[in-house]
Amino acid sequence: MKYLSSQDIHQFRNYILSVNGEDVSKCIQCGKCSAGCPISPEMDLQPNQVLRLIQINDPRAVLRSSTIWLCASCETCSVRCPEEIEIAKIMDTLRKLAVEAKVPLGEENVVKFDEIFLDSIRKRGRVHELELVMRYNLAIRQPLKDAHLGPIMFTRGKLNLLGHKIKELGRIKEIFRSSKRIIKGQE
Amino acid sequence: MQVGYYPGCSLESSAKEFDLSIRAIFKEMGVSLQEIPDWNCCGASPAHSLNEELAIALPYWNLVKAEEAGLDKIVSPCPACYSHLKHIHEEVVKDSHLADRLQTIVGKGYGGKTESKHLLDFIKEDIGLERLKSSMKTSLKGLKVVSYYGCLTRLPGVNLDDVENPVLMDEIIDALGGEPLDWSHKTECCGASLSVTRTEIALRLVRSILEAAQEKGAECIAAVCPLCQSNLDTRQGDIFKKYGTLYKMPTLYLTQLIGLTQKLGFAQLGLDRLIISPVDLLLKKGIIEK
Repeated sequence: MKYLSSQDIHQFRNYILSVNGEDVSKCIQCGKCSAGCPISPEMDLQPNQVLRLIQINDPRAVLRSSTIWLCASCETCSVRCPEEIEIAKIMDTLRKLAVEAKVPLGEENVVKFDEIFLDSIRKRGRVHELELVMRYNLAIRQPLKDAHLGPIMFTRGKLNLLGHKIKELGRIKEIFRSSKRIIKGQE
Repeated sequence: MQVGYYPGCSLESSAKEFDLSIRAIFKEMGVSLQEIPDWNCCGASPAHSLNEELAIALPYWNLVKAEEAGLDKIVSPCPACYSHLKHIHEEVVKDSHLADRLQTIVGKGYGGKTESKHLLDFIKEDIGLERLKSSMKTSLKGLKVVSYYGCLTRLPGVNLDDVENPVLMDEIIDALGGEPLDWSHKTECCGASLSVTRTEIALRLVRSILEAAQEKGAECIAAVCPLCQSNLDTRQGDIFKKYGTLYKMPTLYLTQLIGLTQKLGFAQLGLDRLIISPVDLLLKKGIIEK
């Protein structure tokens, strides 16, 4: 990636600005985003630290953080930011940049879940929850994770065993093939 | 009255009772729901995390299908589905380059004629509280309810209510004869899919929501999101195992509460599908009879 080899201190900030229109240099480090973030206790970088690292052009630390994957996109940070920076949108961009940069990912299981989720859509047009969870459990080698919930979910009619396939599956596959741009502005 | 309906994937499975209760109460109020023919998944959060174009193309195709079916308004119960459909509609209408790109990817054009509504604002604005009230055969009899909105009000494209102190659901509960309690965790995060990938984080978040509800004296929680409801309802056993606190707090879909006031059947509203059963509570309050 070109910004990694650059000497330009604003390169990473500029790149994010060009991709999603969010200007990280507006951040005054008040810390409101981190104070309100419900998941900050588990994050390795606090949200305001992520913004600071972008300001000082350190994509390496940011893209490897667990923070970008633990962010649940609840948008509390975005609505509270006094500079009106949409921080959740930046997290969304950073996730895609991390995948694109092929760096070691801070929360591999979250990425596995997302990949299996998308694969379920590709194969069926809709998500099949039971298959999703079972495939995810196998992928993380914990086949019995949450198995205790199985019987009660089944008896309460919350598990759709067979799932559903949409009729126009061909077009879904075509949409997956044609959606090449992981991130806006990419060639 | 007729309106398009986009149930979303959860409503076919873990949130079946949300779907059942929506269909039942709408029928009762004379609203006919027309499902978008052959609808597909909106892409949810994973598409947003991994592939920008997919995150736009999947909701776009639903909008196209709705338009082709002549549906000028669609109601979505799931906040994430709703946000995606509404947000993408707005983006496509104002950005002709994006519209061209999507036409290439999906192979179909979108005329920008499909308006998206969330269930809450459809009930409040399109049906109206008066019509809702006139469908009631009993009331919630002062049932103490905390409304839980999760991240709904803050999602992209959503402009329903105050982002951090919404009252839309509280107004509906009040109209139903329930007692909506003001509380601290209306818009706190439930952990969403971290419930699967980092379960301990979701348990911490769900526990704090349940704790706040209990502290306020709530008898149940009302929800309008399949993921919020699932996290709050199914994880109470795990919370007991981890923290030693047993809440036994029923979490009902708002539509189930509405259906109860219309005296619709217990199974018809999918109330038998909830993990934490509300039966004892509803009997005690006299909302249902044995």
